[in-house]
Amino acid sequence: MESLGVLLLHPMNAYLEQELDRRCRLHRFWEAPPGAPRDEFLRAHAGSIRAVVGNASYGADAALIDALPALEIVASFSVGIDRVDLAKCRERGIRVTNTPDVLTDDVADLAVGLAIAVLRRIPQADRYVRAGQWKAKGDYALTTRLSGKRVAILGLGRIGLAVAKRAEAFGCSISYHSRSEKPFPNYKFYANVVDLAANCDALIVACSLNAETYHIVNRDVINALGPEGVLINIGRGAHVDEPELVSALVEKRLGGAGVDVYENEPFAPEQLFGLDNVVLVPHVGSDTEETCRAMADLVLANLVAHASNKQIVTPVI
Amino acid sequence: MASPAASGEAEAPVLPALLLFRRRLDAAFHAALRRRYRLLDFFASGEPLPAFLAGAAASPDPPRAAVVVGGGAVRVDAAFLDAIPSLGFVFSTGAGVDHIDLHECARRGVAVANSGTVYSTDVADHAVGMLIDVLRRVSAAERFVRSGLWPVQGDYPLGNKLGGKRVGIIGLGNIGSLIAKRLQAFGCVIYYNSRRPRDSVPYKYFLNVHDLASESDVLVVACALNKDTRHIVNKDVLEALGKDGIIINIGRGANVDEMELVRALKEGRIAGAGLDVFENEPKVPAEFFSMDNVVMTHHVAVFTSESRSDLRDTTIGNLEAFFSGKPLLTPVLPW
Repeated sequence: MESLGVLLLHPMNAYLEQELDRRCRLHRFWEAPPGAPRDEFLRAHAGSIRAVVGNASYGADAALIDALPALEIVASFSVGIDRVDLAKCRERGIRVTNTPDVLTDDVADLAVGLAIAVLRRIPQADRYVRAGQWKAKGDYALTTRLSGKRVAILGLGRIGLAVAKRAEAFGCSISYHSRSEKPFPNYKFYANVVDLAANCDALIVACSLNAETYHIVNRDVINALGPEGVLINIGRGAHVDEPELVSALVEKRLGGAGVDVYENEPFAPEQLFGLDNVVLVPHVGSDTEETCRAMADLVLANLVAHASNKQIVTPVI
Repeated sequence: MASPAASGEAEAPVLPALLLFRRRLDAAFHAALRRRYRLLDFFASGEPLPAFLAGAAASPDPPRAAVVVGGGAVRVDAAFLDAIPSLGFVFSTGAGVDHIDLHECARRGVAVANSGTVYSTDVADHAVGMLIDVLRRVSAAERFVRSGLWPVQGDYPLGNKLGGKRVGIIGLGNIGSLIAKRLQAFGCVIYYNSRRPRDSVPYKYFLNVHDLASESDVLVVACALNKDTRHIVNKDVLEALGKDGIIINIGRGANVDEMELVRALKEGRIAGAGLDVFENEPKVPAEFFSMDNVVMTHHVAVFTSESRSDLRDTTIGNLEAFFSGKPLLTPVLPW
């Protein structure tokens, strides 16, 4: 696919970038800052760019799609494609691919890891020891057990199911909310998210982001989760009304939160930085060597397939 | 046992006496015991042990039961048992009973019970949490976010996937088994070493810890501490684990040769460690404080409010069983 003009929207993976550079005609979008340099870049190259590679944070929006008349395929280095204007792509007949399955385990692992971290205060304990504050044996505060708790999952897709499987190994009971009830009789379905939140100890956000799920975790849901409840977000920042989340945590109306995604990455709410009942990580859900490699290979496989007129591996549209 | 009052008035029943050797007892636990027993609290008395026991033995209703914390200064040995001949039952609030001379107790018909499995679940959960933290860099990435570096330095370095990792568990008792069950759900492959292989488990058994370490990506120390397991993770085992290997210790600090561990981490001969216990608590090797691939907690794996209330229930349950002549819930036998 040496003649395939590819626009990489942002640095995301060194191996992917190297391979794109080696095998295609690679353009790095971030090298053309917005304004005159970007206009000049687009004038020069737009006609030859047939593929865009984005990720969870950088996608092909309407403006970019309009600026690329030769665009045929958008390959996202992510499973979530809320940053891609799907309607526009459909209109133009542009293919869109993502990276499902290869990252399911990592994201589910992190969700449960965050739940343990928040309930058992592991990062907090590590900070305590690291700061040299452990002066006396028997110096501890009681934390909260994960095993046997009621775990609620928002979205029972690939990731949601993987979370459920892990939580079950801890003897947790599983409930969920989804667009429609799924054939899992052991998991209790709730048609209403507030009811789901009111009847669980930990609520894990694992659905995709779209118009219906924007701020699906709002003040009512957070209040229903309550001062003993914890929220774990491994979906998208926009699933949660972030200012509401912050005030609920600061005012102790919510017991705790494990957060991997934020409304305005890379900015996490600073009001949370001093709290002991939150665990904040920088969008690392699929950030392992093994998985990123697999994701990159999948992006490349989709581009190769498209460039050689073969069947696309993981199409969204 | 109620004693009739001389005046014929009804009196509150006399509560059985209970020797208590435990410093930190939360309010709920203390209240639950006080409702049922007349507490003779050693640490509150401030007396030396011989005087305290002599006083208890000489009282009109000498204690038949004792609640003792493990790892402390009080040993339930021949001298202790001689001093309080009324004793028929000793309850240890920990799983370990190395502070109790089980043979002396058996010889005198003194029953012994311990906390059974009240802590196992929480320790297993903690071990899994530590492993995910080390592999996925949770605590380190948290420090990165909290210090405002994300907007400045961009993406945090990648971690490592749990799925497919070979986890070698040293000690497949209650805790080890619970860890195994949890990690299987994450796609880990479970191996183990134990004094003897367990017939009913599907995990591969290794005759010794060196061999276990050579075929594992992660070593989890989940065994008791005794003369055979002191420094069971030594320089040789760390070398066999190798430069991509991770060690998780939720056993006892002395299960691991801590100085060798520090050296191995400093020299990059193993990849990381999650440690809840240390050889010389509360002292922790300062070398760890600057290591992002080490996660440390201050011996807290058992401390949840749930295990505290489970302990209260098990303690009271065993005491009630003893005082009503029923079988103990979590007896310990001297083999």
